[in-house]
Amino acid sequence: MVAWLAAGAAGHAALPPASPEIAGALTDLTGEDADKREAAVTVLGKTRDPRWLQFLHALREGSVYARTRAGKTEVVVGGAKATRGDQDVIDIASAYDRGPLGTVPLAELKEVPADRRLRLVIKPYLDADETRTQLADPDPAVRRGAAVKLGNQAEAGAAPVVEAALEREADRWVRHALREALALIRLANGNPAQRADAARTLGELHSESARPALERLVADTGASPAAREAAGQAIRRIDRWGLLTRTVETLFQGASLASILLLMALGLAVVFGLMGVINMAHGELMALGAYATFVVQNWFRAAWPERVDLYFVVALPVAFLVAAAVGLVLERGVIRLLYGRPLETLLLTWGASLIIQQGLRLWFGAANVDVSAPRWLSGGVPVMVGLTLPYNRVFIIGLATVSVGAMYWLLFRTSAGLRIRAVTQNRAMSSCLGVRAGLVDATTFAFGAGLAGLAGCALTQIGNVGPSLGQNYIVDSFMVVVTGGVGKLAGTILAAAGLGGLTKGIEPALGAVFGKVAILVAVILFLQRRPAGLFATRGRNAEA
Amino acid sequence: MPRREALAVGLAAVLLVVVLPVCNTLPAGSPLALSNFTLNLFGKFLTYAILALGLDLLWGYAGVLSLGHGVFFGLGAYAMGMHLMLEIGAKSVYQSSLPDFMVWNQVTALPLFWKPFQSSAFTLAAVVLVPALFGLAFGYLAFRSRIRGVYFSIITQALALSAWLVFNRNEMNLGGTNGLADFKTIFGFPLNRPGTQRALYVVTALALVAAYLVCRWITLTRAGKVLVAIRDSETRVLFSGYSPAAYKLFVFVVSAVLAGVAGALYAPQVGIITPAKIGVLPSIEMVVWVAAGGRGTLYGAIVGAFGVNWIQSWLTTSYPDLWLLFLGGLFMGAVLFFPDGIVGALGRLAARARRLVGQPTAEPKQGTAIDHCAPMNSK
Amino acid sequence: MTPATGSIIYLEDVTVDYDGFKALSHLNFFMDRRELRVVIGPNGAGKTTLLDVVSGRVKPESGRVIFGHNTDLLPLRENDIAQLGVGRKFQTPSVFVNLTVWDNVELSLRRASKGVLAALRRRDPGEARERIARTLETIQLAGKAGAPAGALSHGEKQWLEIGMVIAQDPELLLVDEPVAGMTDEETARTGALLEEIAADRSVLVIEHDMEFVRRLARRVTVLHQGMVLCEGPVEQVQSDPRVLEVYIGRRREGADAVR
Repeated sequence: MVAWLAAGAAGHAALPPASPEIAGALTDLTGEDADKREAAVTVLGKTRDPRWLQFLHALREGSVYARTRAGKTEVVVGGAKATRGDQDVIDIASAYDRGPLGTVPLAELKEVPADRRLRLVIKPYLDADETRTQLADPDPAVRRGAAVKLGNQAEAGAAPVVEAALEREADRWVRHALREALALIRLANGNPAQRADAARTLGELHSESARPALERLVADTGASPAAREAAGQAIRRIDRWGLLTRTVETLFQGASLASILLLMALGLAVVFGLMGVINMAHGELMALGAYATFVVQNWFRAAWPERVDLYFVVALPVAFLVAAAVGLVLERGVIRLLYGRPLETLLLTWGASLIIQQGLRLWFGAANVDVSAPRWLSGGVPVMVGLTLPYNRVFIIGLATVSVGAMYWLLFRTSAGLRIRAVTQNRAMSSCLGVRAGLVDATTFAFGAGLAGLAGCALTQIGNVGPSLGQNYIVDSFMVVVTGGVGKLAGTILAAAGLGGLTKGIEPALGAVFGKVAILVAVILFLQRRPAGLFATRGRNAEA
Repeated sequence: MPRREALAVGLAAVLLVVVLPVCNTLPAGSPLALSNFTLNLFGKFLTYAILALGLDLLWGYAGVLSLGHGVFFGLGAYAMGMHLMLEIGAKSVYQSSLPDFMVWNQVTALPLFWKPFQSSAFTLAAVVLVPALFGLAFGYLAFRSRIRGVYFSIITQALALSAWLVFNRNEMNLGGTNGLADFKTIFGFPLNRPGTQRALYVVTALALVAAYLVCRWITLTRAGKVLVAIRDSETRVLFSGYSPAAYKLFVFVVSAVLAGVAGALYAPQVGIITPAKIGVLPSIEMVVWVAAGGRGTLYGAIVGAFGVNWIQSWLTTSYPDLWLLFLGGLFMGAVLFFPDGIVGALGRLAARARRLVGQPTAEPKQGTAIDHCAPMNSK
Repeated sequence: MTPATGSIIYLEDVTVDYDGFKALSHLNFFMDRRELRVVIGPNGAGKTTLLDVVSGRVKPESGRVIFGHNTDLLPLRENDIAQLGVGRKFQTPSVFVNLTVWDNVELSLRRASKGVLAALRRRDPGEARERIARTLETIQLAGKAGAPAGALSHGEKQWLEIGMVIAQDPELLLVDEPVAGMTDEETARTGALLEEIAADRSVLVIEHDMEFVRRLARRVTVLHQGMVLCEGPVEQVQSDPRVLEVYIGRRREGADAVR
């Protein structure tokens, strides 16, 4: 593969390394005239010879030197430096083929500087080279990225490379990107018939990135009418597709936010329904889950580095258990003493939240800690042209779905769930019938706390992990619980979906901050109609 | 008001309004001298106490727990702060008639809503009216639809979060994260002169005494009893012909005004007001002043505001890491072990001491602190 | 249709639907002024819902509720309805536990305005205090006027609540199972008190205790599945085959199930 690329590159290398142009360019490079130096870089870059490109790379790094030998200026590439006696010395090699030229005192060399302007000229040549290498990368995502880059550069010279890559490529999405790149190159550089054809292809490919070029073509009075016509049609086609992808994307983002809210609110809601307690420490239990994930990750890094990607699988249950344990201590230790006094409990749990938060800060430091995504959660799945769904978001939607499913199963298919529902509906009566309400409270609270830990673990994949992680999300999840109402899971799910969707729906128009304010107003107005949330119980069990 | 309480209030008023400022004028060496710093600190605590009074009326009496009173405090403080900013005039760093942060944000003309704050009379009215009207609107929506208990608390917390977010935005033209600061004069008096600060302190102390008397008067009227009745059984209040929503709204607005006045007195004494005073944490901290001091007593709120903040200013300078732990512990302790706060605990302790000495005395009733202040009409 | 003259409360075609369960189903019901009416019926017949609708706590899906001559109660809130002269005594005692017995009655006292401003004004005149004292005499709690209501026994709380409702001086008094959990002696006293009250106002009582119903006598309405099953003097109702069907037929079904 590398050989093929080198051959391909050599095809463009019209200049042999010893040609007078090259020699002139090297001389110019050591001079003072900035324009000449720039021209020299261009000459070297245009060869597309990997060796000259390596030379440019060295130039950019500042390791190219000039030395005067027998009245002639010679350009060399510097290597390792050392101190010999009281002298600094350096290994040098020839500019083109890097043949070793021995070790010389640094003082004998003059550095060939690469100022900002020169570096800017060098960059595209190196990038283009890098892109070609990337087209042969085993990772389709890298190949795809390279294709996109080539398309954006739209250099005529790249067309054969892209064509060759297209022949070999099997992956659907990379092929798509390559075709798009090829069409972009043709659109920029081809003859009128090719340009019209390219415009049509780009329309078919729904290429959003081709839009500026197509627009230029439409406005270009010098271009052929057929090409301009084709470009206009392509733009319309791309726009229609863009609307579709944006809609799908907004829906997906809404679903993703709704899932996060739901993950956070599930535990809150089930405890609220059962005990009438809003657990203000829920956010800190989430933070505990996130830090548990961090600790598990560090274990893996230290003890089992070759399997580090598996840490997340272990972290999920660990986060659940850590948060559940703290929740259990909290419930048995203090919350049960305040049964039936929801406002006091609210303050109590807020106090607990401050202590947990400060504890985390003292233990792990105030700065955010680094939780890296396992490889199987980074990147995304391309679902349609112009829309890639990140794996971490997909994962969170999945986790929320599984959690809801587990919750339903627990509540409606197990005897523990039956007891929870019984105590939720009528605590006194359940106690009379022999349900140990205290036990139900404790297990439910621990379960709710565990869900918070799970949510915290999931949040490590989409945001920063710091001591105040909980604070950032908690008020939103309170709003979900309040809007959803007590005692019905469906209310929480609907409220999470509604608030998540609404937030993502209005955010583009209002921005995040005023979007939040608008959500608050919406919730207050909603509560005007239903003061006890979506699924408030009506009838004789309704609160007096 | 019972005679003993009247006496105590009178003594406290003299101490706060007369004695402390006089001590402040004594030369630094004398044993009773009070430094400018300390007096200024007390002035700040007194503004907190004014706010705490309103919160106690709302929570301790009517049982309505607001977790968003920082917003009303902020409204009053910002109203005053805006006027003080405009008083700076061209003496600012950028020597523009616009506040510095506007120059910084490349605002060229004074925004329309700032203009009335050039008038001191308007500002004084706004300090009362802005929190009142905002409280009226918010409270109307909340109470009319019978949002109550935990629901109300959560909604007010969301209000605090929203307000904090909004006040942080630069495009609101309220100074963004840095808030309003660097005030030079208040109604023409230089703020850096001890005399001005002393006068501000006296005004604050007088405002606190007035606020206490107003709140006490409310609790002594039938309206005060209705508030307690609402806490006990809102349904019964409703079926007795009272509209709990109207009473709650009334007391909510009163507390919002007290918070606004407190904020307006806070801004010139502390010299800065930022969104950090508005958010979720400061708002709920205000609740803990009342909880720690003792709910439903009014004086407990004052004791709590003073005590908690004193400890805070000591801890945050000496052991900054411990402050949040202490605050968290205070929340938990106040609801678990001292449901009637410091004053309740002290009262019980005093009763026990008297009993030990052998003096016959009635044991104050435990549980609800409200018992000692509800007047007994029966003969 | 215009309500009959002299009716105090008049419900026409009232339906209350709790998530698909019809607590009241096209109910028609009316009561005369100065009438003492007892409503009985099996569990879930809609008795308490009837009181909820009249007192404004539950708004029906359809139907009309007219108080007195022509006051439509549907658009009004509970406190407005109470101010119009509808008093309600709950099944479980509902008093202000942190206020004294005296204050409980004082707050309930009928007055022209129960608004905030009125309540901020000074003390009640002597005449009002007289009325409070008289009410406390009636419910035999004068000796505990200064005690917090939270310290009263269950029976005393029931009586205090009755006293509070009396102090409201309502034209129509709604009473939900007043003798539940009372001793025989307390039951007797409560019965006498209700009759005394009914002398100059209308009283609607919901009761399970048939013994107590017979003692109060007068007209009885039987509710069943949200509708009026029959209505009439207590003896007549007791021997009505439909009533027997509802009360006893159930037992037979139960017996069938056992067999």
